[in-house]
Amino acid sequence: MALENADIENIAVLARLQVSATETSDYADSISSILALVDQMQQVDTIGVEPLSNPHDATQRLRADVVTCDNQRDAFMAIAPATEEGLYLVPKVID
Amino acid sequence: MTNKTLIQISTELSAGNYSSREITQDIIAGIKARDHQFNSFITVSEDLALQQADAADARRATGNADLLTGVPFAHKDLFCTQGLRTTCASKMLENFVPPYESTVGQRLLATGAVCVGKTNMDEFAMGSSNENSYFGAVKNPWDLSAVPGGSSGGSAAAVAAGLVPAATGTDTGGSIRQPASFCNLTGIKPTYGRVSRFGIVAYASSLDQAGPMCTTAEDAAVMLNAMAGFDAQDSTSVQQDAADFTADLNQPLAGLKVGLPKEFFGSGLDPQVADCIMAAVKQIEALGAEIVDISLPNLELSIPAYYVIAPSEASSNLSRFDGVRYGYRCDQPEDLMDLYCRSRAEGFGAEVKRRIMVGTYALSEGYYDAYYLKAQRIRRLIKDDFARALAKVDVIMGPVAPTPAFDLGSNTKDPVAMYLEDIYTLSANMAGIPAMSTPAGFVNGRPVGLHIMGNYFAEAKLLNIAHQYQQVTDWHLETPSTMQKGA
Repeated sequence: MALENADIENIAVLARLQVSATETSDYADSISSILALVDQMQQVDTIGVEPLSNPHDATQRLRADVVTCDNQRDAFMAIAPATEEGLYLVPKVID
Repeated sequence: MTNKTLIQISTELSAGNYSSREITQDIIAGIKARDHQFNSFITVSEDLALQQADAADARRATGNADLLTGVPFAHKDLFCTQGLRTTCASKMLENFVPPYESTVGQRLLATGAVCVGKTNMDEFAMGSSNENSYFGAVKNPWDLSAVPGGSSGGSAAAVAAGLVPAATGTDTGGSIRQPASFCNLTGIKPTYGRVSRFGIVAYASSLDQAGPMCTTAEDAAVMLNAMAGFDAQDSTSVQQDAADFTADLNQPLAGLKVGLPKEFFGSGLDPQVADCIMAAVKQIEALGAEIVDISLPNLELSIPAYYVIAPSEASSNLSRFDGVRYGYRCDQPEDLMDLYCRSRAEGFGAEVKRRIMVGTYALSEGYYDAYYLKAQRIRRLIKDDFARALAKVDVIMGPVAPTPAFDLGSNTKDPVAMYLEDIYTLSANMAGIPAMSTPAGFVNGRPVGLHIMGNYFAEAKLLNIAHQYQQVTDWHLETPSTMQKGA
């Protein structure tokens, strides 16, 4: 399936990626060629075949809901680009 | 001094020929003197390494040394290392210093192994040539005009050049086996769930698996012993007792049934690579194995299915890089949306952005069934192919890649051409079975690896076969001319 520039612009918004006008047509070309490769799948009859999401068909293992490690707040805040008084700083969200 | 196997260094440390501090200093000096040719390291951690080496020497003095105590190794730069930057070869994580250690890193540190640095890779492990790195391409020690393979290309080049005896890698679609093949190494991708993914920067979570890259099968078995084991912190870790992967190395191969899938020997395969592989198979036959023709009819579908599943899972995993909690943040964001979109656009490289967009599209409303779910159904067909084949034979052999290492720059303009290079490796990740590469010859001076695949949890069997093959061949002991002879 060939993508138009407008499709790329829409995908870029969903993916939270800024894409320039020149990049948009490059991505339209390369992603269209990837989708052409991927579309080989549509030739295959998979009726009745269960999707495989884990190679062992395992389900998510759950742990007991108990605290297992100390509070790491300072260590995790220390690597953030901008913090203040234990909070992450971002541009103003609400006027 | 660095032109040694891991077992040799371990033995010489035990014999007291030198201390861990001495071999660690020697190895770091070698990296500083020689790695400008290969660009295999992103970070060399001299101070931390010497602290670990001193601790290893002190541990040895108390009589509590393990096989790996004091032995230097390198980590692919996507294993989180506490206090040591972990870049994933991305501008996004150029200055990221993890506050914790991966489980694999913890396990290796617990044995007393010494991490000397972090190796180059394709950004976020997305690539088959190690040309997608923010820190520049890696060059193949066997031929500096060739790629080392990817995405664990820095680990492969570092071991092949004799800079370190062993390195960690990860394999989502061939990223251990293909660079091992291109650089004449022994590399193994274990069964999905064997090695904990905790603290490894995620690419495609249902496919990712970590493993060792070494000179010999014996070294790989020793490394895997340290790396593998159940981990409650990884919800897909398999609750299996940790096996001793060295236990079966010396078993004879008499009676072994080896399947050769016809789909691995089709028209896309370089005839000279095919000759190397068939010569290796003949040698394994001479060791007592029986060779059987088999078929994996859905092999070709592994490419389209992989290039839906991996980008889909990547688009989800990489959504965590938002410019807020850690990693790159753009200058002067106008608002929150601008902060997200520009931080990600400026922080990620072209191939990473392409895969995020493919994955975002495949998972978007109205397309999920036609892409992701369809790919998962095909994934089951591939798994069923292996189940049928492995009911008849013990292991499957073939080439790792259609050609030896290709020239730097030869595949960078066309992503689809690069994706087709992965044809023989993707299916093992799709099925989740273990698979490895072992050196099997050269074509025009560039190495060729023999691909050995087995049933779930059959790593010891694969390593046994590679070890027995390495007892009767010298390919794995060949060294490139770029490697200086030992100091």
